[in-house]
Amino acid sequence: MSDVAMSRREWLLSERPQSRLQARLGRAYMSWQRFAANRLALIGLAIIIMLLLVAAFAPVLAPYSPVAGDLRQGLKPPGWEHWMGTDDQGRDILSRIIYGSRLTLYVVVLVAILAAPIGLLVGTVAGYAGGWIDTVLSRITDIFLAFPKLILALAFVAALGPGIENAVIAIAITSWPPYARIARAETLTVRNSDYIAAVRLMGASPARIVVRHIMPLCISSLIVRVTLDMAGIILTAAGLGFLGLGAQPPLPEWGAMIASGRRFILDQWWVAAMPGMAILIVSLGFNLLGDGLRDALDPRGAGQ
Amino acid sequence: MSALLTVEDLRVAFHTRTGTVDAVRGVSFELGRERLGIVGESGSGKSQTGRAIMGLTPPHAEVTARKLDFDGIDLTNISARARRDLRGDRIAMILQDPKYSLDPVMTIGRQIVESIQAHEKIGKSEASKRALAMLESVQIRDPARVYDLYPHEVSGGMGQRAMIAMMLIANPQLLIADEPTSALDVTVQLDVLRILDQLVTERGMGLIFISHDLRLVSSFCDRVIVMYAGRIVEQLKASELNQAQHPYTRGLLDCMPRLGAADRHPLPTLDRKPEWAL
Amino acid sequence: MTNALELDRVEVVYDDFHALKGVSLAVQPGEAFGLVGESGSGKSTILRAIAGLAPVASGTINIDGQSLSKRRDKAFYRSVQMVFQDPYGSLHPRQTVDRLLQEPLAIHGIDDQERRIVRALEEVGLGTGFRFRYPHQLSGGQRQRVAIARALIVEPSILLLDEPTSALDASVQAEVLNLLETVRKARKLTFLLVSHDLAVVAHMCDRLMVMQHGEEVEQLLSTELSARKARQPYTQKLIEASTGFRR
Repeated sequence: MSDVAMSRREWLLSERPQSRLQARLGRAYMSWQRFAANRLALIGLAIIIMLLLVAAFAPVLAPYSPVAGDLRQGLKPPGWEHWMGTDDQGRDILSRIIYGSRLTLYVVVLVAILAAPIGLLVGTVAGYAGGWIDTVLSRITDIFLAFPKLILALAFVAALGPGIENAVIAIAITSWPPYARIARAETLTVRNSDYIAAVRLMGASPARIVVRHIMPLCISSLIVRVTLDMAGIILTAAGLGFLGLGAQPPLPEWGAMIASGRRFILDQWWVAAMPGMAILIVSLGFNLLGDGLRDALDPRGAGQ
Repeated sequence: MSALLTVEDLRVAFHTRTGTVDAVRGVSFELGRERLGIVGESGSGKSQTGRAIMGLTPPHAEVTARKLDFDGIDLTNISARARRDLRGDRIAMILQDPKYSLDPVMTIGRQIVESIQAHEKIGKSEASKRALAMLESVQIRDPARVYDLYPHEVSGGMGQRAMIAMMLIANPQLLIADEPTSALDVTVQLDVLRILDQLVTERGMGLIFISHDLRLVSSFCDRVIVMYAGRIVEQLKASELNQAQHPYTRGLLDCMPRLGAADRHPLPTLDRKPEWAL
Repeated sequence: MTNALELDRVEVVYDDFHALKGVSLAVQPGEAFGLVGESGSGKSTILRAIAGLAPVASGTINIDGQSLSKRRDKAFYRSVQMVFQDPYGSLHPRQTVDRLLQEPLAIHGIDDQERRIVRALEEVGLGTGFRFRYPHQLSGGQRQRVAIARALIVEPSILLLDEPTSALDASVQAEVLNLLETVRKARKLTFLLVSHDLAVVAHMCDRLMVMQHGEEVEQLLSTELSARKARQPYTQKLIEASTGFRR
């Protein structure tokens, strides 16, 4: 058994990979080793995997319906019947949090899919093109950065109308500028390097250089940044939900749940505290994961 | 004459995730008040040898030696603090690129004054007078002007001269120069070497000159140590370089294109024998 | 016979720095021409100006008798290629050797990639065992061989060499110089070689130009350089300095 494992390890760490696949896997394995050396990052990864599993199996895991409540059972403290208690409408908070994980993931994934590519594209194009293109794109980025994120998101949601889709769009619109900044900074450091000059000398078009040679270099720092931002995105979504501009009742969005628990916060603390705890744990998970990824994906570390 | 520096069985090992790398594997030599050259290619351990003597090995590396004796002081056994006091005062080091070893936000003059004041109690005006004199002794034509310049405002050759001035101000007995002229143009290189040569001779210092350039080292030093894969393969007098015995030394000498010599096409290359590294 | 490469009073000006002050030279097909000088002499700037990597303020550059336009076309990049000084900086850190060699073929739409990559690696003395390595798994000399393979894979007629061996150990330098000579002979390439090392230029080139402060000092034959028959005092000084330290 250990014999097979050893040879597989050697195959992955081979200095002379025999195929594209082996080279790629070997590289991934090295990154994984660096990542796995960090305990806290593994905890973060475990939390995020838990979140994924909970979201996937919500109907199986949730003991009650997340939306239908029994008014007679309202505001019950945590106990054997309802592990996290019930809210004012008699809905089981645990079930709502379990279903809420789906909404949280939905928001986080959509924002990442929307915002990261926009930021990457704007940043790399600005950084590589330079001149007036850079000036225009950078100033637009600056304008977005000049507003506090939540205020800007509020303004967009107010214009688009409340709802979780609009909240996602609003958050995405407000969160790409930092990514553009990072991508631009990375691009500026590599654009005059010899290996980019070498690709130019092969006759590659600017678009090809940006997409195939510069973007891959920016992606790892962007992944790290997006992961670290996940916590912020969850909090912004929760903030919008709290203000009544994000997910609408009866959707079990964590922020909206805190908002509705606000009224009883002194007497029935669990109504607000349980979703708050969920937000805290998931945010922490993303932060730990991001820190681990930074160490694992850092291109400077890869060479040594 | 007793030796200024005695090194016996010096070893430097780096422990990394993928295993231990032995950078220096049992190096022994003695240094008097002379110019000793250490030559080798990248990865031969020549720089790590210099750094280990200087006490500048990175913390994750392990340095061991049967004997590392500087003028009667056992360097393997003294505190980090005592080591620091020796450094800059009695042992000094010059690195390859002055850009990285001079403080970019301090004028050259102030840096020299600071290094004087770090080692002796001396008034500010006295120290700056000494600094100016030192800049003059490294043949900087307008010392008063250079005194007030920042490192990025001077050329590479000037920066390296300032670096030499700073390192020699405390009158060290041992100077370790790690590729001091490799970043410089050939004509400047010779000027800097001439200054170094003069100062070392005048003050009776011991000099360890670390370089990849066998020819340059042999023209500058009294004695040459040739390193390969962390070991010394040959020690010889610089004047007797042409009678080198070890095939590695001979190969190194042979594979360089020479101006004016009968042209050889193709150039002889070095056939590395595994037994050299044993 | 038309010259493979011809520069006529080329000037390069970066924002406020006059890097090249009207340099002219002509290189015949199959010739190896050397550019020698100290840092800031403008020798590398000439290569960058030809490659389109430096802003040419005035003057003309001809390749095979054809004047180059400001924007180089794809045909230019098939006939002129460059090898950079720093083998650690000229290979993309995230791409395998395979990917690095594939890129020029993909850009120029050359098929038969598999065979060409294998052949290119063999030509520079690297077996296929190196094909799927990343640059950080290669030594300096091996990287420079990959860079040469990448330049040669589009079958150029002119190779610009910017200090190709100055970052390498002496023994590796000999190997790379030998390799360059071999491919030059085999492919009848024209070389424009930049170096600060007179001996390297004398060894590799037929003729050379000595430069200082962005201007030509003199042009001479390698045989004249080897015989130390330089006309200009600056060249004499360089020759003197290259012999080593004298007490």
